[in-house]
Amino acid sequence: MIGTATRIGHLFTTKRAQNRKAFIAYLTAGDPNPERTASLVLALERGGADLIELGVPFSDPIADGPVIQRASDRALRAGMTLDRVLQTVREIRQSSGIPLLLFSYMNPLLRYGFQRLAHDAAAAGVDGVLLTDLCIEEAGEPVRQLRTQGLDTVFLAAPTSTERRLKLVAEHSSGFVYLVSRTGVTGEQAAISAAAAPLAERMRKMTDLPLAVGFGISSPAQVADTAPIADGVVVGSALVKCIETHAGKPTLEQEVENFTRAMTEPLRSAA
Amino acid sequence: MMNLTTLPDALGHFGPYGGRYVPEVLMSPLEELEEAYAAAQKDEAFHTELKALLHHYAGRPTPLYFANRLTHELRGAQIWLKREDLLHTGAHKINNCLGQILLARRMGKKRIIAETGAGQHGVATATVCALFGMECVVYMGEEDMRRQRLNVFRMRLLGAEVKGVASGSRTLKDAISEAMRDWVTNVANTHYLLGSALGAHPYPMMVRDFQKVIGEETRAQALIQIGRLPDTVLACVGGGSNAIGMFFPFVEDEGVKLVGVEAGGRGDRLGEHAARFNGGSPGVLHGTLSYLLQDEQGQVGLTHSVSAGLDYASIGPEHAWLHDQKRCVYVSASDADALEAAERLARTEGIIPALESSHAIAEAMRRAPFEAGSVYVVNVSGRGDKDIDIYRENMPGLDR
Repeated sequence: MIGTATRIGHLFTTKRAQNRKAFIAYLTAGDPNPERTASLVLALERGGADLIELGVPFSDPIADGPVIQRASDRALRAGMTLDRVLQTVREIRQSSGIPLLLFSYMNPLLRYGFQRLAHDAAAAGVDGVLLTDLCIEEAGEPVRQLRTQGLDTVFLAAPTSTERRLKLVAEHSSGFVYLVSRTGVTGEQAAISAAAAPLAERMRKMTDLPLAVGFGISSPAQVADTAPIADGVVVGSALVKCIETHAGKPTLEQEVENFTRAMTEPLRSAA
Repeated sequence: MMNLTTLPDALGHFGPYGGRYVPEVLMSPLEELEEAYAAAQKDEAFHTELKALLHHYAGRPTPLYFANRLTHELRGAQIWLKREDLLHTGAHKINNCLGQILLARRMGKKRIIAETGAGQHGVATATVCALFGMECVVYMGEEDMRRQRLNVFRMRLLGAEVKGVASGSRTLKDAISEAMRDWVTNVANTHYLLGSALGAHPYPMMVRDFQKVIGEETRAQALIQIGRLPDTVLACVGGGSNAIGMFFPFVEDEGVKLVGVEAGGRGDRLGEHAARFNGGSPGVLHGTLSYLLQDEQGQVGLTHSVSAGLDYASIGPEHAWLHDQKRCVYVSASDADALEAAERLARTEGIIPALESSHAIAEAMRRAPFEAGSVYVVNVSGRGDKDIDIYRENMPGLDR
């Protein structure tokens, strides 16, 4: 299936042709409850998101800060499961073709079984998978299974990664490469990290794959600052916090849409 | 039997177990640690300094002691005790801490972080940080801070900052998660001094190597004092550092039975115990693939043990491998068995063991009457002073 344009590949090709940057939105599936996830994804899309990272909650999210930890807890308490995430994807696919990337930790997917997951996820309309704690050295079999079903495999590159590791990340990634802008866990930051630009520059030398920058980006100004160095900008914790703040309200979807529209504004106004 | 002592492989695998399952940010630091460790292993000066510290500071070698009265009471196997409880700081944890602090110094790291369950590893880490003048932060679940108050104070007295962890079950699992989050953030100047044979490669191998002095000494002492190797060696298994340290030098002695004792807690259902080999299945937690107590969805199960140091959902990957190879057997002892064993050892031998070690003692007491003529060695991995509050709660008859 390699060579066939995936939804993710098509998105970045289109954006590059338009000289625009992609806005990538993260939300934890099942937060505040599983019934709400499909409508929240559609709200993100209406607000201007180009790609959705759908977080599959895990009980022990070691790479996440307090905001996403709390969201994972809420989702698990509300009964979110990987099966239910795939069901949600099928619901979303009834009305939307937005690229969807499963974003999780190794264990829930390992438990489901990668062969079965690759088949079921592709059938449901998932476009790719990113596992925070799956490093290249252990990724052989999962990548093989996921790619066989035409799913993209996205890996993280970090400021601490050596050149040898950046090369490995580039070789094993498809769709795009996710650049972690700083050492640390997920969460909002007052200022974007100075480590992001040099990392993007180093990675550019390794690959033509689109590069997305994430971790800590939480304001329209930070989106504007980050956009020039990459093909895509990821916003996670700030959106999850917006969902947390408005979780109990009937206007939740509207609030999320408005928030997303404000965050994506810099990407529309500037070429 | 195939050779079981040449593992892990270059990527940290013990058969299918082990490996490295961590965020990419930590991969280069783990590679750096692995290289520093390999270089230290080849450096005679490193070994000389570590050996001197283990001897003059920690108090090695520890005795192998024949428990005469207990043996007579049990009317079966001879019981010998490896007295790691007599080490400085009161448990085997200091062996690994001295090794890793020397390594941290070689790597130029100025800040040390650690997790702790019962507090023994936290105390040992705080101790070596005081000794080497390094900044020390220890993560500890709030539930464990409550039940191991004395150790919290000891760490603070030693100059460490103890950070309570309020997430999840507020025990060892959550303390490790929080320590890993700290490491991800402060990796440039920080060494994570992991206390058990857990986590991503090279930790399970490195911690085993720093702890195998327990088994090496025991083996040599047995040959001199008993005139032969023991028939059975027993140790409690939380993450499994005292057990792997004790077992590893005996792995190729085919006649020696190796028995790991897990926490049976208060029942067999998920959440009531920490017996990974009784209900666990392969899964990834905190950087390693091993037996894991988890639900159908791959969410990590809650655990329970009266002993904070055994209260953990996963187990060191080398134990998973030795289990599957049938070289070690793993059983469990309940909270009640452990408490009873502690009291009995106190009464017969004048030794108050840690609650963790009491699990191994309980299993020895259970099987000894059926194995007259056998020789057992039980690793008393720690002393019970830290557990006095729990003993008091559970022995109301004594606390009048």
